[in-house]
Amino acid sequence: MSLDLVFDYLVSPVFLRGALMTLLITVCSLFFGVLTGLVIALVQETRSKAGNMVVLVYLWLFRGTPVLFQIIFIYNVLPSFGIRFTAFTSAVLALSLNEGAYMAEILRSGLQAVKKGQRTAGLALGMTGAQVMRLVVLPQAARIVLPPIGNQMIGMLKLSALVSVVAVEELLLVANQVASANFRYFEALTAAGLYYLALTTVFMVLQGMMERSLDPKRRRVGSRTPTLMERLTGSMVRASVR
Amino acid sequence: MTAAPLSTAVLTTPPRKADAMTTPTRAELKSKPLVEVMAIDKSFGPSRVLKQCSLDVRTGETVVMIGPSGSGKSTFLRCLNLLEPVDGGNIFFEGRDITRERDKAHLVRREIGMVFQSFELFSHLSAAENIMLAPMNVLGLSRLDAHDLATELLGKVRIPDKADAFPDELSGGQQQRVAIARALAMKPKMMLYDEPTSALDPEMIREVLDVMADLSAEGMTSIVVTHEMGFARRAADRIVFMESGEIIEAATSEAFFGGSVGERARRFLDQILH
Repeated sequence: MSLDLVFDYLVSPVFLRGALMTLLITVCSLFFGVLTGLVIALVQETRSKAGNMVVLVYLWLFRGTPVLFQIIFIYNVLPSFGIRFTAFTSAVLALSLNEGAYMAEILRSGLQAVKKGQRTAGLALGMTGAQVMRLVVLPQAARIVLPPIGNQMIGMLKLSALVSVVAVEELLLVANQVASANFRYFEALTAAGLYYLALTTVFMVLQGMMERSLDPKRRRVGSRTPTLMERLTGSMVRASVR
Repeated sequence: MTAAPLSTAVLTTPPRKADAMTTPTRAELKSKPLVEVMAIDKSFGPSRVLKQCSLDVRTGETVVMIGPSGSGKSTFLRCLNLLEPVDGGNIFFEGRDITRERDKAHLVRREIGMVFQSFELFSHLSAAENIMLAPMNVLGLSRLDAHDLATELLGKVRIPDKADAFPDELSGGQQQRVAIARALAMKPKMMLYDEPTSALDPEMIREVLDVMADLSAEGMTSIVVTHEMGFARRAADRIVFMESGEIIEAATSEAFFGGSVGERARRFLDQILH
């Protein structure tokens, strides 16, 4: 056991690249996942029969099979139908499509949580449909969907480790390769673990900042968002001071 | 007024306040109706919610609509500012036919304020911001001007100190008064109130009705759906009685409270007055 070696791994270019790759996969998959989810949520809102049918099949496929299966399928099976992607593209594609299925649910519940009367009130003030969406519905829906989207962000970071199966050089694969060369598993995996913890912590801090910036009462005394420690351990205690 | 259904008649009788029978009211001074509703029909699926409803409202007039729940009063209001499309008939606003202005409906709604039973203040905005939102984004007022307007209107509805309060920090009566101020901020030519006090605790009804009565007295053209007969007596120029989607009566306030009402309206009044 050597802490020096852990430190050497932490600052080594190989691990740094691995961590950056993990971050890149996570950010890309989240971005396209949210986009996919938004499209699905809006299709579901329009209540078109054909659109909803397509969405239903999509949700059934991607929520009914393991992500690991989806990654391997896209990378290994699609080429036999002439559809060939690089390992990275396959990974991001699988994770995005999978994420979109869950994101759609979150976004839709957020839009629906804004009651119809709020839209009516906006319209009655002479706003156009687009203005009502932008000024009344979305600001309220954003506040509702941010905590579950934050959870998805953290989840995606951890999920990205799965793409090591298609040989994308992300953090876990790098750690495993380094360790199997010299059997210093403890040091290599500790270094990888520290990177994961650092990344999730950064995500949680970001989530907290976004939640605060969307809280209209943030300047008030008594309004309270969870502290970082509560976020990290998932032990948010509701302040019941009312 | 007779007891016969007047559903298809366009009522042109000049309205009068019960307490001002000899002097002409402000409504009588202006002859042109602000709104003319001509025989509108509206169905939701198989149920006919409005049947050939007609009503004229003159500038400065306050019309109170009463009737059992489900009689179509709220739908009538929602059709008036084009929140619901009508199936037949015509609606004229300032002499212009607005009935089928689908794409420009928002332009019509800018001139007609509406207040809802459930207030519908925007929960992510403070009282002042609720009032400022539409003037800034629809009328293009600067933030500063909109804020001045909000301050002025909050004073008018008698809660000048609640500008920074959020809806969930206000009582029902205060929320409804902010909602009235929010509608007034668009400088509407007419106000529609859809059961504005039905969701309020009894002790808060008065403060909301007082604000509405003041507005009526200042000459704001208003249509009020309510069961508050005290308010009707105090502020209404005319009373409209609806039942099963039809306008059964439209009587001047003094005729109505003088007892010349038809059988169905009398039965309804007996019920709500216990």
